[in-house]
Order: sequence, then C-alpha cells, then structure tokens
Amino acid sequence: MAFENLSERIQKALKNLTGKGKVSEADINAASREIRLALLEADVNFKVVKDFIKKIKERALGQEVQGSLTPGQQIIKIVNDELTKMMGEEAAKLNKAPHIPTIIMMVGLQGTGKTTTVGKLAKYLMDTEKARPLLIAGDIYRPAAIDQLKQIGDQLSVPVFSEDEKDVAKIVADGLAQAKEAKNDYVLIDTAGRLEIDEALMEELERVKAVAKPDNIVLVVDAMTGQVGAQVAETFDKRLDVTGVILTKLDGDTRGGAALSIRAVTGKPILFTGQGEKLSELEGFYPDRMASRILGMGDVLTLIEKA
Amino acid sequence: GFGARLNAFFAQFRSVDEDFFDELEDLLIESDVGFETSEELIDQLKDEAKLQNAKSHDELKKLIVQKLVEIYDQNGDAAAEKLTYNEGKTNVYLFVGVNGAGKTTTIGKLAQRFKQEGKKVVLVAADTFRAGAVEQLKEWGKRTETEVVTGPVQADPASVVYDGVKHGLEEDADYVLVDTAGRLQNKQNLMKELEKIERTIKKLVPDQPCETLLVLDGSTGQNALLQAKDFDKTTKLTGLVLTKLDGSSKGGVILAIRNEMKLPVKLVGLGEKAEDLADFDAASYAVGLFHGIV
Ligand SMILES: Nc1nc2c(ncn2[C@@H]2O[C@H](COP(=O)(O)OP(=O)(O)OP(=O)(O)O)[C@@H](O)[C@H]2O)c(=O)[nH]1
Ligand SMILES: Nc1nc2c(ncn2[C@@H]2O[C@H](COP(=O)(O)OP(=O)(O)OP(=O)(O)O)[C@@H](O)[C@H]2O)c(=O)[nH]1
Ligand SMILES: [Mg+2]
Ligand SMILES: [Mg+2]
Repeated sequence: MAFENLSERIQKALKNLTGKGKVSEADINAASREIRLALLEADVNFKVVKDFIKKIKERALGQEVQGSLTPGQQIIKIVNDELTKMMGEEAAKLNKAPHIPTIIMMVGLQGTGKTTTVGKLAKYLMDTEKARPLLIAGDIYRPAAIDQLKQIGDQLSVPVFSEDEKDVAKIVADGLAQAKEAKNDYVLIDTAGRLEIDEALMEELERVKAVAKPDNIVLVVDAMTGQVGAQVAETFDKRLDVTGVILTKLDGDTRGGAALSIRAVTGKPILFTGQGEKLSELEGFYPDRMASRILGMGDVLTLIEKA
Repeated sequence: GFGARLNAFFAQFRSVDEDFFDELEDLLIESDVGFETSEELIDQLKDEAKLQNAKSHDELKKLIVQKLVEIYDQNGDAAAEKLTYNEGKTNVYLFVGVNGAGKTTTIGKLAQRFKQEGKKVVLVAADTFRAGAVEQLKEWGKRTETEVVTGPVQADPASVVYDGVKHGLEEDADYVLVDTAGRLQNKQNLMKELEKIERTIKKLVPDQPCETLLVLDGSTGQNALLQAKDFDKTTKLTGLVLTKLDGSSKGGVILAIRNEMKLPVKLVGLGEKAEDLADFDAASYAVGLFHGIV
C-alpha cells in the first residue's frame, strides 16, 4: 500500500520527545498531525476527523503509559480502541417482521451496488434461513435495470416482480400484494440510484417507504467514496431513517474511511460488506478489521495488543 | 450564484491570514483534493498572494482560480486535452474503470454526441460478465440509433472486441466505442483480461485505440489515484472521464492525478441522460471547487 504505516509515522513524530510515565500534551500534538493525515488519506470526512482527534486528545492526555509501550504506542492503542468502538457492534442484524414478509428496501447513490446486493442478500437468506424471497424491480429509470434484476433472480431461481408502470410506489404495492398471496417470507425492493440532492427522487423513496413500511431500509455505500460520504449518509438517513448500511467493493484496495464517517454521522450499524461481484461474495462486518484497515496497519496492532 | 457565495466566504475574513488559508485548505480537502496536494496548493497560493501583494478579497479570488487553472494547465499539453479524432479513419475508444463508475452511460452519451455530428458509430458490448450489461448498452444503442455488436453470454470479452472492431472497420465507422466490464484495479486476472482486449484491438489496427479513457466516479476519494496508476500500467491511458459531477462531489482527486501523472480530464458526466455530457474546462472546474462553501 502506498501509505506509510501510521505507527511508524507517529513514532517518528514523537522521536524527539523523551517523556515517559504520562502521555503529555506535546506527545499528543506531535501525534495528531499524523493521525489527521492518516484518516484523511483514508477518506474519513474532515469534520469527523476533527471531532475524532479532539476525543483522542481528551482521552489520552495525562494517561499512564502502560507496561512496555512508548507514549507513541500508547496513543496508537487509544486511537485504535476508539476507532473500533465507533465502528459499532459486530453482530448487528437485519430486522425481522413479526409476520411474514420481512421487507428490505435498498437505497443509495448511482452505481454503489444496490441491485447486486439485493441478489446477495436473497442468496444469504436462502442459504441461512431457507428463505423464499420475492424481488421487486423498483428501478424504472436505468436502462436495463429490470433485466439486470431478472437475470440475478434467474441465477438464484427467485421470482422477480416487475410492472410496466410509471409510479414506483404502485409497483411496490402490487409486488407486495403478490408476495402476500405467494406467502413469500422476504421481499427485497431494488430502487434506482439517486443523488441525495435530487428532491423529486428522494420524495419517491419516501412514497415507497410509506407504501411498503419496510422493516429494513439499507443504505448501500461504495467503500471507495470520498469526503461526500458523510453528507450522503446523513441526508438519506434524515429523509428515510435508514436502519443499516452495507459497504460494497471492499475487495478493492481502498482504505474505506467512509465507513467511519457514516457511523459518526448516522450512528447506524454496518450490517454486511460486499467482497466481490459474485452473489456469494457478501460478508459480515468486523469493526476491528475495519479500524486497522482505515489506519492502514495490521501487524503493528497485534504487537501492541500483546504488550 | 457562485459570486455571491464566494463573496460571503471572503467576507468572513477581515484579512488574508492563517485562518483564511486554513479554511481554504479544509475546503480543498473536503473536495477530495487530498491532504498532500491541498497543502502543496495552499503553500503555492500563500507565496503567490505575498508576491502579488494581494490583500483584497477580490484580488485573492481571482488569484486562486487563476492559480488552480495554472496548476492544472502547466501539468499538461493543451493540444492533447481534446478527444482524438482522425478524419477518414476508424477511431477506436476503449473505456475502462472500476465497477459502477459510469462507463456504459458515458458511451451512450458519446454515441449521442457523435451521431449528432453526423458520424457513424459502432458500440461494442464487451462486458459479457455483469448481469444486464449487454442489455444496458443495447438500450443506449436504441436510444441513440447506434449499432451495437454483442457476443454470446459469458463469451470471452476479447473475442467480442475482435468482432466489434472488425465490423467497425468493414463498415467504415468513424468511431468504435468499446464498453468493458467494471473491474477493481487490484484484481490481477481481470487486469490481464483488459490487456488482452487492448492487444486484440492493436492486432487489428496497430495505431488504435486512439483513446483509452479511465472513467472515474466523481464521488471517489483517494483511491482514484491508485485506480489511475494501475489502469495506466495495464492499458496506457490517454485521459479521464469524471462522472456524477451533478451531485455534491467535486472530484478533487483529479488535481492529485494531474499533479502526479499529467493525465488530462477529457469529459465530465453531469447526469444520467444522453445529453448530460460536457468537455472538461479547467476554469469552470476551478470555480466549481469553491461551490457551496458557505
Ligand atoms: N468488486 C465488487 N463489485 C461490486 C460489488 N457490489 C457490486 N459490484 C459491482 O458494482 C457495479 C454496480 O453494481 P449495481 O448492483 O449495478 O449497482 P446499483 O447500485 O444497483 O447501480 P444503479 O442501479 O445504477 O444505481 C457492478 O459492476 C457490480 O458487479 C462488490 O462488493 N465488489
Ligand atoms: N447522476 C449521474 N449518474 C450517472 C452519471 N454517469 C453514470 N451515472 C449512473 O451511474 C450508474 C452506473 O453507471 P454505468 O454506466 O452502468 O456504470 P459502469 O461503469 O458501466 O458500471 P459497470 O459496468 O457495472 O462497472 C447508473 O445508474 C448511471 O445512470 C452521471 O454523470 N451523473
Ligand atoms: Mg441498480
Ligand atoms: Mg457498464
């Protein structure tokens, strides 16, 4: 990876400071530029970075330096602990309806992976719960979006509901009626990608939500997203009160700082991660792995944990 | 409008001091310019402001936009910034990029533009992998009344490219636009596949593709720099297409790419419709970077 290890950088920044015993203000100031840089390189939103560093400063200042650690390592440990904590619970689950069907609605910007993830979730539910899902094609705008979902449905032998109709809320209502009749236990609603500033299309989602009363509104976010990730997540959450997030394309070499931004601004759990284009490539979310990925360090942490 | 917002921004600062440049740096970082490039830019702007003795906000405003354009310009060769077109030849454009960046849509938009210029265009559906990819390009073909060459499901993409380019040559097409499947730059086997596609084109026409365009999602963060480097290593890039600029993103990472690799942005995507495509213009881009700062 192109980035220098954060731990090394902090050590370097602190090398002229000889203080021992307690973490001093000088230690923290020297380290915080490096922390800031690492988080910004990982695409964590700059406002989130500011808040985060403030928190680290408060927590680290005056702390006893433990055991064999240097003040630098001590700060790293605090950064990593705090980041992992912010990433949330490992075992966040999809909400389940008391009566079938459980309804899952996907939302997000264009090209993030909603349609693919509908297929992945359907497969996951079939594999783990022997689910009998119905997929609803709620993207009437993108060329061949319905074909795409139908092909995914075919691959899984899962029915796909679509309709030649201009009102997406009506399509969803009709799809739900069919699910009720066929006693499907899950309904997954694909929606068109849209910008969070597109008023007409955001309203459309609100109408779909009103009709479907989904148990889960999942925001699908591309792990490569930059600074705008925080604002996008915040707006979608404000408009729709999303229940969780799926982070896609984590099979790439992005550091994925958007994950931290989203957690910080919405507090909503990350439910799954997309790890490839195949429908089987859906994985759980591991806060500790994500934290060290964002910080750009793996092995160093295990060393520090042992200390 | 932009002017009013910029004025309001500058009005926050009684003088051009450290605070001012700190805020400006935040602004650049918020636009995904990246920490290092932002620092570099700010240092240059500070020097320039001193040099020109710019004290008033108006002076400074102009200076900043000028400087950004200059930084962009000096890193490239203005003649190579336009899309290549060789009269009387079949111009092959190859589109590459990560998943969901906007390759297929950009091809649809370009087909529309070239058709309106009265050119003969052939589209090649070499994404034989993703569900619905061929149908998507076919739909764009229908919308723009452009012929689309397709292969069998899950066919070797290079063989579809072979057929498509050959067909374009036989038909004396002015343009052949090759759509490829999205791929993350760290996937070696998929990058090899892209190499093979390029080789196939070169076998048919040694001096093509005359454009190999990396399509970048404007909301991408610092990973875009790695994308540019790795795709350039695989299939020498001639330029970038920056999509989804109709959203809140500024695509500031292109400044870093420009800085390091001299790669020009040739097109920007401004929506999902056929007409939502524009040539890149450094000055309006620099102005746009300041958009929404207050
Ligand atoms: N490598 C990788 N690719 C993915 C992943 N998830 C989705 N993709 C790819 O990303 C691209 C976009 O996926 P779609 O499912 O079409 O995205 P979408 O959000 O439905 O797009 P729109 O409907 O246009 O907004 C496709 O090429 C997918 O194969 C993932 O986890 N990893
Ligand atoms: N708002 C906006 N959306 C765009 C723009 N360009 C493309 N899109 C949308 O982004 C999504 C993905 O576009 P595609 O053209 O399918 O992207 P791709 O790179 O071909 O995707 P894969 O083939 O799956 O890798 C679609 O929903 C497009 O409508 C743009 O400039 N602005
Ligand atoms: Mg979709
Ligand atoms: Mg495509």
